[in-house]
Amino acid sequence: MNHTAERSLTTYLTGFVLAVILTAIPFALVWGGLLTGMAVYIVIAVAAILQVIVHLVFFLHIDLKSTPSENLFFLAFAAILICIMVGGSLWIMMDLHHRMT
Amino acid sequence: MLGRLTVEAIPLYSWVAMGGALVTLGGGLAVFLLITYLRAWKVLWTDWMTSVDHKKIGIMYVVLALVMLVRGFVDALMMRAQQAIALNSEGYLPPEHFEQIFSSHGTIMIFFVAMPFLTGLINIIVPQQIGARDVAFPFLNSVSLWLTAAGAGLVLVSLVIGKFSTAGWTGYPPYSGIEYNPGVGVDYWIWALAVSGIGSTLSGINFIVTIVKNRCPGMTYMRMPLFTWTTLCISVLIAFAFPALTVVAVQLALDRTLGFHFFTNGDGGNMMMFANLLWIWGHPEVYILVLPAFGIFSEVVATFSRKRLFGYKSLVYATACIAILSFTVWLHHFFTMGSSANVNAVFGIATMIIAVPTGVKIFDWLFTMYRGRIEFHPAMVYTIGFMVTFVIGGVTGVLLALPPADYLMHNSTFLVAHFHNMLIPGALFGYFAGLNYWFPKAFGFKLNAKWGIRSFWFWLIGFYLAFMPLYVLGFMGMSRRMEHYADPNWQPYLIVAAIGALCVLCGIACIGIQLYVSAKNWGSARDVTGDPWNGRTLEWATSSPPAAYNFAIVPEVRDVDAFHDMKIQGTAYQSPLQYEDIVMPKSSGIGPILGALAFVLGFAMVWYIWWLAALCLVLCLVCAGVRACDDNSDFVIPASEVARLENARLAQITPADMHDMRDFMPRGAASGSVLQGRV
Amino acid sequence: MTDTTVSGNVLEHEEKKSLNSREFGFWVYLMTDAIIFALLFATYVVLSKNSAAGPTSKDVFELSHTAGETALLLLSSLTFGIATIAMTAGQTLRVVQWLLVTLLLGLGFLAMELIEFHGMIAQGAGPQVSGFLSAFFTLIGTHGLHVAFGVIGICVMIGQVLVKGLSLPVRSRLFRLGLFWHFLDIVWIGIFSVVYLPGVM
Repeated sequence: MNHTAERSLTTYLTGFVLAVILTAIPFALVWGGLLTGMAVYIVIAVAAILQVIVHLVFFLHIDLKSTPSENLFFLAFAAILICIMVGGSLWIMMDLHHRMT
Repeated sequence: MLGRLTVEAIPLYSWVAMGGALVTLGGGLAVFLLITYLRAWKVLWTDWMTSVDHKKIGIMYVVLALVMLVRGFVDALMMRAQQAIALNSEGYLPPEHFEQIFSSHGTIMIFFVAMPFLTGLINIIVPQQIGARDVAFPFLNSVSLWLTAAGAGLVLVSLVIGKFSTAGWTGYPPYSGIEYNPGVGVDYWIWALAVSGIGSTLSGINFIVTIVKNRCPGMTYMRMPLFTWTTLCISVLIAFAFPALTVVAVQLALDRTLGFHFFTNGDGGNMMMFANLLWIWGHPEVYILVLPAFGIFSEVVATFSRKRLFGYKSLVYATACIAILSFTVWLHHFFTMGSSANVNAVFGIATMIIAVPTGVKIFDWLFTMYRGRIEFHPAMVYTIGFMVTFVIGGVTGVLLALPPADYLMHNSTFLVAHFHNMLIPGALFGYFAGLNYWFPKAFGFKLNAKWGIRSFWFWLIGFYLAFMPLYVLGFMGMSRRMEHYADPNWQPYLIVAAIGALCVLCGIACIGIQLYVSAKNWGSARDVTGDPWNGRTLEWATSSPPAAYNFAIVPEVRDVDAFHDMKIQGTAYQSPLQYEDIVMPKSSGIGPILGALAFVLGFAMVWYIWWLAALCLVLCLVCAGVRACDDNSDFVIPASEVARLENARLAQITPADMHDMRDFMPRGAASGSVLQGRV
Repeated sequence: MTDTTVSGNVLEHEEKKSLNSREFGFWVYLMTDAIIFALLFATYVVLSKNSAAGPTSKDVFELSHTAGETALLLLSSLTFGIATIAMTAGQTLRVVQWLLVTLLLGLGFLAMELIEFHGMIAQGAGPQVSGFLSAFFTLIGTHGLHVAFGVIGICVMIGQVLVKGLSLPVRSRLFRLGLFWHFLDIVWIGIFSVVYLPGVM
């Protein structure tokens, strides 16, 4: 990891502001009841994924160029496995749930 | 004060259980007395238990595996004996005890035989194969070992104090829940798994970092020996699959001890989630056990066919494919749970796809043997036995991958036959091959080949006798785990299976005799060069047994068969112009102490002795803290000492000991070269 | 005396190599921890509607409380980042100051979480009531436990910075602790997006 690399306050502040915005949007939507149904879930999901990326880039300094490739590999592998495990589990369990009701 | 631990924990409920307790106690006492008699406690502690040397840790893992193999096999023998006689009768085992035996058999064989066996072989060999002096985190390696030992200790203690789980090695709720299983058995199972599972996870992380960071110069990923490749893949599998086991074990423990409702019948629990989570770990686990054996077979088949491994790249890609696909098939363990046809079909097809890379590997090994100069060393014989037998297990696996067929065979002895058919040849034969192949590397002398061959034949014949009848019985409708039965047509098959188990017993005895005979005559089977089999990979470049630092000078690699290449180039066995200082990690007593604390912690959790559990937890944190603040955990072996050791070694090797490599010289280099194209 | 200087160099080289390995190893560990959280999330989603006869998520969640926890954790990520900048610049005292701020924010978060848990148990919504609450307490509790370990880690690191200064091993440990702290904030994004926000709708 390149923790000796130059890191400025602006990086952290940019990340912080973006994170605040991406947190505020879903909270406001739910609090104010501005949207209903599926749309809210989609907005929450998109905001969450974007915020995870913001954290990875601005706080953890993940960068396709300077981050060692093995670290990126394990990050990507974990992401794929989480999709398989969580997605698969939910698919299996929802399917069972559906068939039992 | 002692939770629910009372005098009633002593197993007086049957003479067989009491016998087991006495044998365990007697065995422990005998070992204690023997060590005391030999005055070996100090040596044992300073040279072995506190050691962070990967080779010693590896040896201790293998010893643990062999001891637990005997324990697990006794269970198997008892089950076979019970089923052979239990036609319309109670047999000699009460149902409650029979259930404990099949539960502990599975748990022990997976967690405390296969896992430590493969981890031990990896520990001894992988750092040497990649030209490293140690693993990335030697101290963590010691912690992993002692956590595994602590888990094994919990299973052994359950024989003497209390009972073991009766819920099978998979422990499905609601039967493993507190309502239906209020005793301590399932808790022993949970904590043994949790403790050893954490040890395995740490090992996985350790070997990922070791292989990624500690390779010697020139060893690119595509020059790593196959065993190192399979180790890398299974380390990734361990690191990413074992968290699922941790999660599911902790959730079940919360249900049982604190009254949570993850998997209970009522109050919003969902027991199907247990099966789902368990097999998210469980299926990759199968490949964690099998892939290292595939790595061993790859090394053995190339060495004893005197040829370069056929299709190295295809073997690497096949290994990686299997590793990834192993995360996508877990539902095939519970096709019958009631998922819709689409879900079952997707997982069924994914399962069948795994057979493809596995088939590729079989062909690669066969082509390596094709026109090779095959030497029937015990390791090679185990490899050939594996190839023949494993294909049968693979075919039955593809059969079970069809959901409609699985509905018929699920939970029958057909399934039992199938997975033993995968794991005995696919994993155990591989470890035995590795034992025979790498024993001289670890101890400096060769194992007796005659007894090795005998053990192989007993194992192979015993395997067929024990499990082919179970395939038939499965078709006849026999469920697994039956304590007694009423169909007289089954009994002849079960008697044959019991004879098979006796045959395997002879195989295990042969391994014991082999170790004894070899140790007795070690002087005549010494391996002076460090390369007894004319090996191809880098572990044969070190002395046997290797010095603490493995390599005095870190080697530079130009080829997949690195050492083979060095021998041809004439760069093997050369002393360098100058030796350098070598930094090595210091021994540490914290590893075994943490293991002991984890054991007591597990025991306290099983018996609800809360104060003891809290105390152990605090002490564990203190140990971790002490270690974390230690900036001075290395020492230096001065260059002069290295030079002394290396010169002594090189002086022993005469040119006569070295392997004749003229056959392998490039065209024109050897006088009248005979075997061009064999390289 | 040349021998000792040579060993000194070798030791330093080995130390750098070993710290580099530790940082990578810690990264892999974080990924395995991510899997643990992912599976706890999956369990929560599966059980989230199984409130049996007990209270539902709508009855027990309070969004303003969650917003407060989110703010504390997010701010603490920023302050840890500032401590990291100070570390790169070699300013020992500033590192300690910002770590202290982070520590306070972390403790504040833990306090809020404990208040929430206590309130829920007091109103009869403890983890033994239903599958939903078991999964809720386990998921949030596991995250809280991680934060608690992080807080202990910050205390230890403040001590180490003061005693040992910003030596190479100390920097490496602080860097790894930072990874851990930011990682917990990422998990929290999942928690409010999967647990609290859908829970009150």
